[in-house]
Amino acid sequence: MRLFRPFIPSLAMLLMASSAAGAQAVLIDKSEIRFISRQMGVNVEGRFRKWKANVDFRPKDLAKSRAEFEIDLASIDLASEESETEIRRPRWFDTAKFPVATFQSTAMKDLGGDRYEVSGKLTLKGTVQDEKIPIEVKKDAAGNSVATGEFTIKRLAFNIGDGQWADPSVVADDVIVRVRMVLPRAG
Amino acid sequence: MTQSRYTGTARALHWLAALLIFCGFGLGLFMTGLEFSPAKFRYYAWHKWIGITVFLLTAARLAWRAGHPAPPLPPAMPSWQVRASLASHAALYALMLAIPLSGWVYSSSTGVSVVYLGLVPLPDLVPKDREVAKTLLLVHRSLNYLLAAIVTIHVAAALKHQFVDRDGVLDRMLPGR
Repeated sequence: MRLFRPFIPSLAMLLMASSAAGAQAVLIDKSEIRFISRQMGVNVEGRFRKWKANVDFRPKDLAKSRAEFEIDLASIDLASEESETEIRRPRWFDTAKFPVATFQSTAMKDLGGDRYEVSGKLTLKGTVQDEKIPIEVKKDAAGNSVATGEFTIKRLAFNIGDGQWADPSVVADDVIVRVRMVLPRAG
Repeated sequence: MTQSRYTGTARALHWLAALLIFCGFGLGLFMTGLEFSPAKFRYYAWHKWIGITVFLLTAARLAWRAGHPAPPLPPAMPSWQVRASLASHAALYALMLAIPLSGWVYSSSTGVSVVYLGLVPLPDLVPKDREVAKTLLLVHRSLNYLLAAIVTIHVAAALKHQFVDRDGVLDRMLPGR
């Protein structure tokens, strides 16, 4: 069963890519959306198992470039099944009401070298915030473009973990999001 | 002449370890059944810090003991009891090292690093793996129940020496003077 799971989003990606002209199918199996949350002074890493991406990255035509992501919040991978069950509850993600988080790019800027800045709107639990994500784009051995970026969000600004969980000394307000996207070589 | 009692240092370390093990064990039993809450997060952190402290204390006790041998047992003690005493003390030391290590390696396998006292990050001993974590948790629990069983024998034997045999064995470890 586990063997087949990665192919499901890949298939969805192929369908999506073929319907959106110019979009590159992100190599989902090589890409990842991870995050780091500080709990009781310990950096705990997690990731999302299921997400969709629609990326059209043109280094020479940034105005036409765009990146859209849709993250299945219930697909979160945390330390234990207990915490995964907990984070779906209303006081955290409330996945019954807000099943997905989305990111829609609004602009991309060349910062020189291999560095770019992707501006966009992050929608999470009904709250929309503007984010600026610095990314670095490199070629891997196979000629794929590998974009890596990191940005920090404040979980409390999105009402994630409120009430008794608002205390940032137990779960820090800052959550570092790390994105790694692998795009196949053009052509 | 050989000392008839453990050194003050050895006795202090013994009773400190006993207190910490009692608290760490009790906290471990208590915290796992709690509802998901900030308090539970804190208890887990404290439980890990207690465990690492027990590990360090045990290392210190072994180092101290290497230079300060245990006082002799009463000559009248039957040889099977002497052997049982040596074996149970060896097992106690082994478990006081193995249990914190098993907790640390379990924590690593869940993807949560141990940061001692919230200050000193310890390296992850194994990569995150949910199936491995289930096994390691079972190992950690089983070793703890084994420790509880041996500690029960340890305490029962000490009380028997004190109140039945009246041979002064317990006095070697009691605080005071």
